[in-house]
Amino acid sequence: MSKNKSSIATMVLSLGAITAIAAALLAWVNDVTKTPIEEARNAKKVTAIQDVTPAFTNDPIADADSIIPEGEDRTVVVFPAFEDGILTGAAVETYSMDGFSGEIALMVGFDAAGSITGYTVLSHAETPGLGAKMNEWFRDNEGKRSVIGSNPAVRNMNVAKDPGGEVDGITAATITSRAFLQAIRRAHSAFNQYCETKSHNNNEQ
Amino acid sequence: MLTYLSIIITAIFVNNIVFAQFLGICPFIGVSKKLSSAYGMGAAVTFVMVLATCVTWLLQHEVLNPLGLGFMQTIVFILVIAALVQMLEIILKKIAPALYQALGVFLPLITTNCAVLGVAILVVQKNYNLGESLTYAVATAVGFTMALAMFAGIREQLSLVDIPKPMRGVPIALICAGLLAMAFMGFSGIKIG
Amino acid sequence: MNSKLRIIYNGIVTDNPTFVLLLGMCPTLGTTSSAINGMSMGLATMGVLICSNMAISAIKNFVPAKVRIPAYIVVIATFVTMLQMLMQAYLPSLYETLGIFIPLIVVNCILLGRAEAFASKHSVLDSGLDGIGIGLGFTIALTLLGAIRELIGTGRIFDTIIFPETFGSLVFVLAPGAFIALGFMIAIFNYFKNR
Repeated sequence: MSKNKSSIATMVLSLGAITAIAAALLAWVNDVTKTPIEEARNAKKVTAIQDVTPAFTNDPIADADSIIPEGEDRTVVVFPAFEDGILTGAAVETYSMDGFSGEIALMVGFDAAGSITGYTVLSHAETPGLGAKMNEWFRDNEGKRSVIGSNPAVRNMNVAKDPGGEVDGITAATITSRAFLQAIRRAHSAFNQYCETKSHNNNEQ
Repeated sequence: MLTYLSIIITAIFVNNIVFAQFLGICPFIGVSKKLSSAYGMGAAVTFVMVLATCVTWLLQHEVLNPLGLGFMQTIVFILVIAALVQMLEIILKKIAPALYQALGVFLPLITTNCAVLGVAILVVQKNYNLGESLTYAVATAVGFTMALAMFAGIREQLSLVDIPKPMRGVPIALICAGLLAMAFMGFSGIKIG
Repeated sequence: MNSKLRIIYNGIVTDNPTFVLLLGMCPTLGTTSSAINGMSMGLATMGVLICSNMAISAIKNFVPAKVRIPAYIVVIATFVTMLQMLMQAYLPSLYETLGIFIPLIVVNCILLGRAEAFASKHSVLDSGLDGIGIGLGFTIALTLLGAIRELIGTGRIFDTIIFPETFGSLVFVLAPGAFIALGFMIAIFNYFKNR
């Protein structure tokens, strides 16, 4: 098999040489792919923001603000959309820990009045074919499924099964639906809080 | 405390490494014909998994991250695990011959057990601290041993049954594993705290 | 048959890594929830296998026998890490879907197995061909398993609707279906092989 004898010197030399070549190769590929990886990571966020918010002329990522909703300890990021200096709405990166299989992350868009303009599911681990349907379900115009165009301040964002709820949950995936709507409510209160602090700051100036 | 309990229950039942995450299937199919070897393999995996997770976690957070060498993760981890298994084999042989007798045959198989490398990478991805990582490693190993033991019990019975020829061996074992996985799906959605 | 073609044929049929050698079970079960996922995983593994087989064959005369296994592991891990970075940069959504199974190609027994059984004894060209053959065998098996699970589970193949989703049996997309579908596939393969 090998023509080399297995002496300590040849063993150390050959392994050292292979490792050195490997490390050099990896460092080079890492260097080449560093920026594309960074861009790819941001691209997902940027497309999500563009998908859900009204038109904007600013850079929402540069203007982003972290908000801690009242009575909670985790931050929610608000990406505001401005057109010629006027707030037209925002995309809110929100979450719920109460999904069927853990965390659900959403990007939810609001117009200046607080009505939902759109949403995208960023990540989830829900059951395929059941809870995983949420990316289509809550924009479907059938019955009371769609949340698009509603304002959580006006419409009760709870599943119809629960008291007062006005949204149809996903069939056979009520836990996912509850978690989804919780994330939406959280996004809305973060957006409200953001608007309040902004107008407060403006008044002071 | 609740976080730890939640990690334990999730790793053993809800996200069982074999039935829900599909890691460590090779030893699961290969070493589950007899109950006694299933326990041996389980013990060896527990040992290596906890040790490997501890070492790789420290390496990742104390060496690779500060130096900006995060991209070397895979290569460093697999070498560490391979070296660890070798060392363990030598040390056990010298210090605890009885334990070596029991676990020795299984040790070389563990280097290519993707559950060990899988757990080492997963705890980094999940951003666990050292305590949580070790808890996760122990619980995962317990889940693995449990799956292996349950399965070995079933296969000992299977060997006594008249099964259609093409189904004998691995195919029927896989189908049984599927039924077990279905049972484990009953745990999904369980939450603590 | 031409000896070079024979190597590829052996990889796909006689030494099929999934149905005959029963190697690489974890990705086989874990990434085949749809045909496209199975195929992507197969192709990713094939890419690494071809590169590692050729590289190992090229260095086989320089590496002393005693340290060959660690040397092979370094070579394989290098290619896997390169694949990882390239996928993150140019195929981020696919990388997310396949998740942990990409770095875990390192411990896929197929790679180390072929390095030891084939690449360390044959020329660079033959080792490359063996990589193509075994890689194709693995890809075909994964695509087939993915297609079957996707069809029974959701009524689709490669996202093309074959029958309405309501007739699908969701369990085949979930974990238990992976075990059951693979079990029956190996049984069918055995049946035809032994006839």
